[in-house]
Amino acid sequence: MKCFSRYLPYIFRPPNTILSSSCYTEADIISTVEFNHTGELLATGDKGGRVVIFQREQESKNQVHRRGEYNVYSTFQSHEPEFDYLKSLEIEEKINKIRWLPQQNAAYFLLSTNDKTVKLWKVSERDKRPEGYNLKDEEGRLRDPATITTLRVPVLRPMDLMVEATPRRVFANAHTYHINSISVNSDYETYMSADDLRINLWNFEITNQSFNIVDIKPANMEELTEVITAAEFHPHHCNTFVYSSSKGTIRLCDMRASALCDRHTKFFEEPEDPSNRSFFSEIISSISDVKFSHSGRYIMTRDYLTVKVWDLNMENRPIETYQVHDYLRSKLCSLYENDCIFDKFECVWNGSDSVIMTGSYNNFFRMFDRNTKRDVTLEASRENSKPRAILKPRKVCVGGKRRKDEISVDSLDFSKKILHTAWHPSENIIAVAATNNLYIFQDKVN
Amino acid sequence: MLSKGLKRKREEEEKEALEVDAWWLDPGLPAVTQAPPTLASSSLFDLSVLKLHHSLRQSEPDLRHLVLVVNTLRRIQASMAPAVTLPPVPSPPIVPNVADNLLASSDATLSASMASLLEDLSHIEGLSQAPQPLADEGPPGRPVGGTSPNLGALDLLGPATGCLLDDGLEGLFEDIDTSMYDSELWVPASEGLKPAPEDGPGKEGAPELDEAELDYLMDMLVGTQALERPPGPGR
Repeated sequence: MKCFSRYLPYIFRPPNTILSSSCYTEADIISTVEFNHTGELLATGDKGGRVVIFQREQESKNQVHRRGEYNVYSTFQSHEPEFDYLKSLEIEEKINKIRWLPQQNAAYFLLSTNDKTVKLWKVSERDKRPEGYNLKDEEGRLRDPATITTLRVPVLRPMDLMVEATPRRVFANAHTYHINSISVNSDYETYMSADDLRINLWNFEITNQSFNIVDIKPANMEELTEVITAAEFHPHHCNTFVYSSSKGTIRLCDMRASALCDRHTKFFEEPEDPSNRSFFSEIISSISDVKFSHSGRYIMTRDYLTVKVWDLNMENRPIETYQVHDYLRSKLCSLYENDCIFDKFECVWNGSDSVIMTGSYNNFFRMFDRNTKRDVTLEASRENSKPRAILKPRKVCVGGKRRKDEISVDSLDFSKKILHTAWHPSENIIAVAATNNLYIFQDKVN
Repeated sequence: MLSKGLKRKREEEEKEALEVDAWWLDPGLPAVTQAPPTLASSSLFDLSVLKLHHSLRQSEPDLRHLVLVVNTLRRIQASMAPAVTLPPVPSPPIVPNVADNLLASSDATLSASMASLLEDLSHIEGLSQAPQPLADEGPPGRPVGGTSPNLGALDLLGPATGCLLDDGLEGLFEDIDTSMYDSELWVPASEGLKPAPEDGPGKEGAPELDEAELDYLMDMLVGTQALERPPGPGR
């Protein structure tokens, strides 16, 4: 696992943030991170409803050491706080998820969602401006027609590059409960949005209608014992998707089977380990994220203490289980008390599906190499993140003698949690969101 | 919150709780010499009840959090001895009837209490849900169009009814906060009806309300009033 010891950190802060990381507003907390399909762009969403897009610099022969730095490309307000007058409820503007569409022309398209509304944004560049209008003067004011004596054709003249983001579609009023996932279908014509109890299928062109494809709301709410926690389309088969639940189960559905996919095609669940059973068994089994591998052969799930890899052809247990922070198993009561046990960590595959990554507490994040079975713990912090410095592996001491560089479990800072990470689709570049800071690490060049 | 370097008193209780779990699951294990199992379970129970209260106090509870807490409560409840009475919960400063329900109920009725809590939740969420989204550019967050389903959303604290008009129109309007509409036609029947012109500014003052809906509601109200007593002045 050569690459892990050779990561270079670049730290990017969202614009308007005060230098000290301890002084930030809640609106600056990053709530989602996503690379686009080529890795050229990296989008972040925050609690304040803003989207910040970073673009990778073109490599230049003159500045080899600045290979592919990410700089701010566009910033826009995607969602605003809303008020539902009938229910007297505030609708948070926090961006829950961003998903990119594959690029089909010069413009970039992404979906962003808060709890209730999904929006399709077009991000495009403008570097030319038409000049020489007949009816308007240079400031845009209408001319007196009597003064117009000649006719000319407006010409396009270069202007400073401007990146503009415009909302092209708003998909609203389809979710009673909080949207937790969106996923673009491989047909690039449809996408799905999932809330706690329902999943809807949309066509990108149609905003006033969506198809409900999963509905687990019971007739009597008193029978409610399970909610949907995440959902994703298969990367290649446009008829297949999976969704995970708060009870630690994954259901794979085929939309060809029926219009309403309440009956799953496959059901993935691992039997409970009786030696580990406790009052908190269900809570820690609740799946917080589910991701298909790029190959489409595997799915990865994240629950509170582990990451699991499942083969689509084997439903009764995962093929691999990785312990993220098993030292927390004895602390579950405290973590229940302070609600940390409900934290929802995400997980990501690298481009070749050989390495998986997920976050933890104390600004630690973990990587697991599926082939060599080796793992590493790294930290996203300012202290050890000078540019081009190499990240040092960290270790948590669970008991007994604590070595010099280790940190003891009781010293972990549970307010510093890494919930959102992203991996470049083809290179070893990772983006790690630590509260209000975005860290971008990449493999050292030779 | 767990913070750096602080030893927590609860750690001993945590260990007890976990050992207690093993104990109640497998009676074959040797008897535990620590505090009685009900003590650790009951403190977890109290904690869970507090969490449930806190969750329900939110204007829009996190459903996942709520469901997980309720399921955990059920597990703890199942593990406690059948005859145990609920320990007194420090009175939370909220909906007193809910707290009373939980305090007073025995194991048998606890499920029913939680069920009613979840039912209330479904009223908050379910009744105002538009089956399919209609106009997409309407006022934010507000389901556009429809009649009774939208009215039903106002009945947040009322009992569950399949059809909103079952209880009669008087019950339908009891819980409405009429100050929102700022129209004197909405005053209780006993105060009599005011002349129509004052209704004008009130109508424009609530642009979010669909005109057709308002007319419909006014007609129903006026129709009811007319049935009950002779028309007042101006009508």
